[in-house]
Parts: sequence; C-alpha cells; structure tokens
Amino acid sequence: MLYFTLRRLYLLSFTLLMLSIVSFSLSYLFPGDIIVNLSGITNPTLEQRIELNALYKMDDSVFHQYFAYIKQVVNGNLGISMFNNAPIVDEMNTYLPATIELCVTALFIATIFGVTLGFIAAIFHNKWIDKIILAFAMIGYSIPAFWLALILIVIFSILLSWFPSSGQINLLFDVKEVTSFIFIDIWFSDIDDKWLAFQDALRHIFLPAITVAVTPMTIFIRLSRTSMLNVLDSNYIKAARAKGLSNVKIIYHHGIRNALVQIIRQMGMHFAHLVSVVMIAEVVFDWQGIGSWLINSIFQRDYTAIQGGLIAMATFTFLINIFADILYVTLNPIERYKRHGA
Amino acid sequence: MNLMKANPKLVTTLLSLFTLLFLAGCDNIKQESVFTEGLIYCSEGAPTTFNPQLVTSGTTIDATSKQLYNRLLDFDNDDFSKIPALAKSWHVTTDGKIITFYLRKDVPFHQTDYFTPTRYMNADDVLFSFNRILDENHPFHASAGGKFPFFKGVNFAQVVNRLEKVDEHTIRFVLNYPDSAFLANLAAPFSVILSAEYGQQILDYNDSNRLNELDNSPIGTGPFKFKEFRNHAVLRFTKHDDYWRQEVEIEQLIFNISPSNTGRLTKLLTHECDVISYPIAPEIIINREDLILEEVTSFNVAFLAFNTQRAPFDNFLVRKAIAHAINREAIISAVYFDQAEIADSLLPQASWGFTDSIPRLPFDIERAKALLNDAGLSEGFSFDLWAMPVQRAYNPNALKMAKLIKADLAQVGIEVNIITYEWSTFLRRLARSEHQSVLIGWSADHPDPDNFFSPLLSCNSIETGRNRAFWCHPEFDDLLSSALLTTDTDKRRDLYIEAQHILAKNIPLFPIAHSKRSQAKQAQISGSILTPFGGISFEDVKKEAVKQ
Repeated sequence: MLYFTLRRLYLLSFTLLMLSIVSFSLSYLFPGDIIVNLSGITNPTLEQRIELNALYKMDDSVFHQYFAYIKQVVNGNLGISMFNNAPIVDEMNTYLPATIELCVTALFIATIFGVTLGFIAAIFHNKWIDKIILAFAMIGYSIPAFWLALILIVIFSILLSWFPSSGQINLLFDVKEVTSFIFIDIWFSDIDDKWLAFQDALRHIFLPAITVAVTPMTIFIRLSRTSMLNVLDSNYIKAARAKGLSNVKIIYHHGIRNALVQIIRQMGMHFAHLVSVVMIAEVVFDWQGIGSWLINSIFQRDYTAIQGGLIAMATFTFLINIFADILYVTLNPIERYKRHGA
Repeated sequence: MNLMKANPKLVTTLLSLFTLLFLAGCDNIKQESVFTEGLIYCSEGAPTTFNPQLVTSGTTIDATSKQLYNRLLDFDNDDFSKIPALAKSWHVTTDGKIITFYLRKDVPFHQTDYFTPTRYMNADDVLFSFNRILDENHPFHASAGGKFPFFKGVNFAQVVNRLEKVDEHTIRFVLNYPDSAFLANLAAPFSVILSAEYGQQILDYNDSNRLNELDNSPIGTGPFKFKEFRNHAVLRFTKHDDYWRQEVEIEQLIFNISPSNTGRLTKLLTHECDVISYPIAPEIIINREDLILEEVTSFNVAFLAFNTQRAPFDNFLVRKAIAHAINREAIISAVYFDQAEIADSLLPQASWGFTDSIPRLPFDIERAKALLNDAGLSEGFSFDLWAMPVQRAYNPNALKMAKLIKADLAQVGIEVNIITYEWSTFLRRLARSEHQSVLIGWSADHPDPDNFFSPLLSCNSIETGRNRAFWCHPEFDDLLSSALLTTDTDKRRDLYIEAQHILAKNIPLFPIAHSKRSQAKQAQISGSILTPFGGISFEDVKKEAVKQ
C-alpha cells in the first residue's frame, strides 16, 4: 500500500513538474514583458523592476529563472492579477471553494442517481426498464452542457419559476464570506434566517449541479450497469445463490459492494471531464467559481491569472484523481500489487 | 436472470429516495421580510471607484453619486432648474464672480465600522471636497493621481480663484471670471461633498498607502452607506438611518453586476433582479403584467470618434468619407430598435443650444468613394475600430453597431478590425490614445450645452484622456471659453451654434444617435429611479410585498 501511494505521489510530482514548465514558459509565450507576465505588476517602477528582477533571477539563465519561479509558486506567490491587482492566491481562495462545492454536489447527484439507475438497469437486464434507462443515459451523454443549462433555465427558472437562474444565494441574505463555501458560511453567519438562507442556497445550486451532473451520471449508469452485470455473472454469485441466499441479500451483500469498487476508480478518471463542464455551467449560471473567473481572466488578458488558474485547476484535478486511485486500492487489494499503475 | 420477483421492495425504496431528493430542492420559500426590505439592482458594469470626483464613467456615477453622496444643489427632474440640496440657498453677485452658499445645519455623515462622525456637515467639508481638487499640495490631490477629469474638462481650477469659509455654515466661491455653467457644474453628479473629518482620520493613520481609502471606503451624506464590494460582482449598501432629506424606505440596496444583456433580462423575468439597467427585448417586458418598462429622455449622444492624431484619421477627407459610408438609419433600427434619433450634432434637440442649420451627412457610398480617392486611399485600407464592451444609454450594443459599420465600410473597400476589452481596461487604453477610432458616447452631467463640448473636445480634455478624438482646435476652444464668459443666453446660443458648425466642418467625431435611457423593474417597485441627468437614484424607492 505504501509502495503504491509513493508511486502515485511520484507520478503527481512528475506531472506537476511538467505543468510548472508549461506554466512558466507561458510567461515567455504571452506577448509583453516577461517580468510583467510573471509578477502581474503592470508598469512597474524602476525600484519594483529591480526588485522583481532579483526575485525571479532574470539576469541568470532560464534554468535559474525557472527555479526562482518554482520557489515563488511553492511559497504561494503566484503574482498579482493584472486586472485588479489582487494577489492570485487570494483570488483562488475566494473562487475555488465555490467550484469545489458545485463539483461535489454534482458528483454526489451523479453518483447517487447514476449508480442506482445503473444497478436497476442491470437487475432488470434486457427488460423495458433497462432499455429506458439506457436510452436516457444515451440522450444525457449526447446533450451539450451549455444547451442543457439554457433549457433548464428556460423551463425551471423562466417558465415555472421554481429555481433561480444565477448566483449562489439570494443577495439579500447578507452572508459574510469566511470560507467561501456558501453552506458553511451560512452556518457560521450571524443572519436571522439561516434555515431560509440554507433553502435558498439549495435552490440556487440545484440547476447548475444538475447540468454538471448529467454527463458523469450517464457514464456512471453505464459503468455500474456493466460492472453489476459482470458481478452477477460471476462464480461467487452463483455459489451464493446455490447456498440459498435470497436475491436481495445477494445483490446487497455481494453485488453492490463489488460493483461499487470499479465505479470509485472511474469517478476519479471522469473528474477532469467534470471540471470542464463545471466551467461552462459556472459561466451560464453566473456562479462565482474558478471557472468563470478563469474565463473572465482570459477575456481581460490577465496572464498571471491564467497561469495561476491553470496550475490550480490542474493540481486540483490531479489530487482528486490520486485520491480516487488510493481509495480504490484501499478497497481492492488485488490492485495494490500490480507493477505499473495505469 | 431471475431476480425480478424479489426486488419490488428494493425498487420502491430507491424510487422514494429519488423523490425525497428531488423534493428537497423545491421547498417553496415563504415571503419573509428579508425579501421585501432589500432591493437588487442589476447593473451593466462595476464601478471603478467610489468617489465620483475621480471619474466620468456613467456606470460608476450610477453606483455612487446619488446613493452615497449629496451635492450643494441638485437639478429638478422635470424642468431642469437648480434646486437646493446641501446648500439651502445661494446668492450670486451681479458680476457673476462671487457665489455664496448657505449650508443646511442638520446633515449627518454616514456612520460605518470604519468611521464614526462626531459632527454635522459644515463649511469645512465643502472646503475639503473642493480644495482636494484645486490645491495641488493637498494630500488627497496626489492620492487620486491629481486626476479629476470632469473638473479638468470644465476648467475648474482656472475658473475658481479661491474658496472662503465665511462662517460654520456659509461658504463662498470667488471666481476669476464669470462662468455661466458654474452652478450647473456644482450640481453635476461629480461635485459631491466628502467628510473633512474622515479625511483627517485617514491622514492620522500616517500611511501614504492608505490615502486612497477616502475613495475606496467612501463616507458621504447620501441616502445609503457603503457596506462591501465583493469580487467585482456584488456591491452592498445599507440604509443611512439619519438621512437628512427623507426617510429611506429600503434597508438594503444591492448592485448585482451583470454585464450580460440576456443574463440581466433572465434575472428580471425570474424575479432575481428587482430593477435592471438597459433591458433588451422591450416588447417582452411590456407584455408582462408583473414588469414595468421605464424610459427617460436623457441628454446623450453616441458617436464614432476618430483619433485625429494618428493616420489615417489625421486626414479630414478620410473622416468625411467614413461618415458618408455609414448607414445611420440602419443602426437606429437595428441597435436602438427605433428608440433613438439620428444625431447631426452633439447636442440633442431638447437642448437650448440646438440648431437645425447643420446639414445632415447623407449615407452616400459614391461620395465616400470619391473622397477616399481624393485622399489617395482608393485602394482601400484597414483600421481598428474599438467598440465599448458595456451598454450605455447612448449605445445599448456597441459591438452590434461596430459590426454594422464594418459591413457598411466593406462596400467602399475599407476593412474594419473590431476590438474590445473589458471596460476598465478599455477606458485605460483609450486614455493612452492606443486606439485609431472608437465607438463610444456621452451622457450629459447637466443640461448646459457646454457640457457636450468642453469635456469632450476641448484642448484641455486631451490631457484627461476624455477627448477621444485627441482633437484640439484653437478657434473652437476660443468659442467655448467666450460662451462661458457670457451670461446672455442668446449670445451663448450663437456661439454654440458657431462651434457646432466648426465641428460639422472638421468631423473629429461622427455623431450617430441620441437615445432614450430605459430600465425595467418589477411592478411592486415604486419611486423614480431614472433621472434625466447624472445617474440613477434609489432615494425614494419603495418595495411592496408580492401578492401571492
């Protein structure tokens, strides 16, 4: 297990190395002054320029510059935003939690519904219910996220007025920003109507979460269906049935548990896809997360923000991936001893 | 597989779980006071500062001037006359050079978590507010970079000789020469009164980096006080409990920055916004009973400004050719949905300086081609056209307008590259004269015709970066200054008409349209938010509970 974890961490560090090289070279590839691109200080004064040159070792070779850059990144200095001069790290702390909140909610919805529907489809293999679920999975998989988002807004916000179309909470709730996780902030805030605010936040997260959840959900449906079918077809299930266990017990004790293991691993793999859908959903639903922030930064040609956002998003995705991998091998000992992690 | 019989129980459990999860989201929220005591205004852009002295951008004025501050005097919304505000009365000497203001004695400043006032507004505050602009050694002059674009544009420092404090509640402006637009300038949304006591508190921090708190953490006398500005997305004000003019009805005023046109409309339709600026699709709003569309005739003009200091627009023939090649009628119908009229001059028809003696530049492709030929550019050329990224009253969709112009100019062989940036970047680069031409416009700060000329085209306004054409014409400048020296309205009118003829001859900028400013709101919101000048005001706005 330790060996496996170490191997994963090694993979992580290597990926981060590549990523940092890409991010560093962006400063050279973006138009304009390298030191401005690195630090985000537009029009630095002479003193600032000298200071920055020393900080980023601009007079040394590119390798020294790279290591100077890495040092700054590791120390949490990603420069300041060219747009509003706020430190990029502070911006991340403000926006990343909202994205994580949305991802987690979406993943939760996708897992609960995807896995259950998949299992139902497997249990009723080749029956009409199986076919309906599969058709639904196919349609869901084919719908572009931005289109789905707009349709959801038209139906549920404009026509039915059930759910709001934008933001994380009705702005009239004066919730102080502490952690930037809206549900946690509501909990710690001093407003009178916490329960009302909580319900309101729940209504706000509903449509974006559904939008993000649909694609992974359809993937989970098919995955869990296949893996349940495999499990149900395996010899130990036959043995269990021969032992005289009831169907419910077979599915509950053997089927679900063994099928779930496969799904956990896939969850990590599909997280990258989830993140890209999240960015689209954030823009459509005016969700103040890292995705819409990053897209705004691109519009404003805020190079430091683009670099920082790249590092943050990629690291976040890798960490989730590795977390899912480790969780997977914890649950599935056979995997631990495979020589090469794939 | 023979599992079906055994698991109806499993299926029902799962199905009820789904239902439960679905319903958790759709709990109907009761009407609670939190929803009726506050108001959400969805605006088209974020303010760049919280002190109107420092800007000319309409978005910033909307968010600050009439919410946080008051002026010495105001304009009446109906007949544009000047009415008392912080000054309860004033007196102008016959030579027009000494103006005395008698201040109200009962005006408290905002109390916030960063400032607690110990006294009411008095003459010191007026001194502080204007000396900051006039006195180059004033500590808060430099903190703003010495940039007060409106005041620079109207030659404030040249006009005013000095301010005198007569007593605690009397203040006197001594002018170098009479300026017929002076009182109108003091009633403009930029001429706000700040707290001298707050200024002193900031000075006492003894930290030059904190001087800009005066502008970023504002203190004023207005109906609302500043609470927070989060992530360039949400601006929160709370009611000023001791507001001097009247009881403010709403507890919380929130500006939700929503640059997307369709996004704002959606939020209006879903009742997430109580009021939205610059609505698109007016016909949808008119057809809904729960929404109201409002319009106000505002003094504004949209224009295409040529950077006359850069080729090819340093050539008058090229400017004129382009003016002939643009189909303004198509723009009025496609961009303004006919809620505007073609502009022949900078002044709208309602202004007393308006003249109909300026001939309209007709849409004439042949004439444009001939002019280009004369300029030696018959081969055609390409140029950058900057289109502003926000909606303003004078131009609801600059990008669409730019595309129409691009199509028009393609017919005479001119290739147009449309360029746009985020709004604050856009303004910064414009001021640095990085553009070749720009689609922008102007909303007047007050009804005096001077306000259309001095801030936009005087040689002085080149320095402030507001002269988008970077055009300086000495004769034109002389006309403007002599018009300000005259108090005789007939004479002034003649001078402004002459000035407009110079403009028509030189075309440093090509006027496109005068439009109406519109906004949409929920039916339960009452009060006059839109005003003809100087941005919006939520002072007398009320919100009633929705009947359900």
